[in-house]
Amino acid sequence: MAKATNTEIIDLLGEKFGEQLFDVTEPYGLLTFSTTKDKIVNVLSFLKENAKINFNFLTDLTAVHYPEKNQLAVVYHLHSMVSRVRVRVKVFIHENDATIPTVSTLWNSANWMERETYDFFGIKFEGHPDLRRILNMDELGVFPMLKQYPLEDPNRVDKKDEYFGR
Amino acid sequence: MKHNQPVYTDNDPQNELVTLNLGPTHPATHGVFQNVLQLDGERIVSGVSTIGYIHRAFEKIAEHRPFYQITPLTDRLNYCSSPINNMGWHMTVEKLLNIQIPKRVDYLRVIIMELARISDHIICNTIIAQDTGATTTFLYLFQFREHIYEIYEEICGARLTTNIGRIGGLERDFNDIAFAKINKFLKEFPVALREFESLLNRNRIFIDRTAGVAEVTQENALSFGWTGPLLRATGVDYDVRVSEPYSSYQDFDFEIPVGTSGDIYDRYLVRNEEMWQSVRIIEQALEKLKSEPKGIFHADVPEFYLPGKEEVYNNMEALIYHFKIVMGEIDAPKAEVYHAVEGGNGELGFYLINDGGRTPYRLHFRRPSFINYSMFAKMSEGMLLSDAIINMSSMNIIAGELDA
Repeated sequence: MAKATNTEIIDLLGEKFGEQLFDVTEPYGLLTFSTTKDKIVNVLSFLKENAKINFNFLTDLTAVHYPEKNQLAVVYHLHSMVSRVRVRVKVFIHENDATIPTVSTLWNSANWMERETYDFFGIKFEGHPDLRRILNMDELGVFPMLKQYPLEDPNRVDKKDEYFGR
Repeated sequence: MKHNQPVYTDNDPQNELVTLNLGPTHPATHGVFQNVLQLDGERIVSGVSTIGYIHRAFEKIAEHRPFYQITPLTDRLNYCSSPINNMGWHMTVEKLLNIQIPKRVDYLRVIIMELARISDHIICNTIIAQDTGATTTFLYLFQFREHIYEIYEEICGARLTTNIGRIGGLERDFNDIAFAKINKFLKEFPVALREFESLLNRNRIFIDRTAGVAEVTQENALSFGWTGPLLRATGVDYDVRVSEPYSSYQDFDFEIPVGTSGDIYDRYLVRNEEMWQSVRIIEQALEKLKSEPKGIFHADVPEFYLPGKEEVYNNMEALIYHFKIVMGEIDAPKAEVYHAVEGGNGELGFYLINDGGRTPYRLHFRRPSFINYSMFAKMSEGMLLSDAIINMSSMNIIAGELDA
């Protein structure tokens, strides 16, 4: 099967979802766009089930914290192994309402990836069958990848980052 | 469910199920992770995987380190094939910085990566054999991992956590001893691998223990995000080296072996065949190197490539660049990039977001062991305990990559 181009994919998605997809860019040739959390499951299942583009594989699921905008971004990397093309889908959600529907109904691999994302960012995936911490201990009490948590003990004076050029 | 509470709390004396804690430090897991299993006799009824015992917060640390200081972190992901992780990271940054790498450097990198793939597959396949009771093969082929480590030693000075290469190329050229050792390895390893195969491939006991055990359908494998030899054993011919060639893999002639049923025997055969293909690739790379200009081992990008010490002491420009790179003051574009390489266990991805600061804004590792392993507890249901153990070793779960 010929390689599907990014324009084809975005045209196909635009027909179906129109204004609900925004911020379309192509950094380093990888089609990237954002959508809303109400639409994310629809968008991903459309990408997965559409026979023409067939994004059958969830490569990666993670999150990014943007404290100055009070936002968290959930980032999905999908891969169509047949047409050899990748796509990146982002959903920006507010810090104080960090919930998003689960996609573990579409891909089983999302189960652990969502648990990992919950563990580090505290994002609640609604409908997840077993949402609990995976790498950190249950008593940790914080979500350590959020930017407000420093790497080192802030009381130590000998481990300031600027002394080490970072 | 809490980690300090028992997973199964059924105290009914009539209950005939036995709870078994397999791990965290059990010799059969070959790594630090735990499975709490409910057994009915020898058969597993249900299981819960607990991981995170060697979680070292690499993604958090990476947000506080300049690019060149992140390479040692990647060493410690899949420490059985650290050079692949190193190269994957360098290539991610090179993609971000739009650095063109000379062909000779690509070929040298291919040699290192394929040696790493062989050493990774040696570990996995000999351990499958070991867990089925064949100690001979384990000891016999394992010495070649030692020879590969000697080659690394010649190239970068380290053995296990190699920190091989730099952003923009390699830190030094291969010396003559390195080439001699690679040639010696290429001469001796096929003989040993052939003998290894003759001991196992048609071995009645080995086939009885592995064939038809832990079969996985293609749909299941894709849904659980499997990549690498595990996915190829089910018959899906997905390999990042072919699907999105990096480091000039498109110049090489090699085949992607696939299995049919995804059982342990198929995984073993796929890994074995991949070792043969890796040998082929290394031979081709050595051949191609002959027509490349000698002495080139890095791209000409002084603002990103750490200069040699002699230049730093004698040359003003080099001193300035050295200082800027070490202090993390390189001008990287504000962008996000995803780059994947074919690691020993599957697609090893790096998702890097750079906001123009000294350090990545966010770095996420797509770790194949982590994603492959999520199926293990479900797969084990209804399986014999002894089969589950070989299943685990055939998945080649490396604790460092599992936990990051």
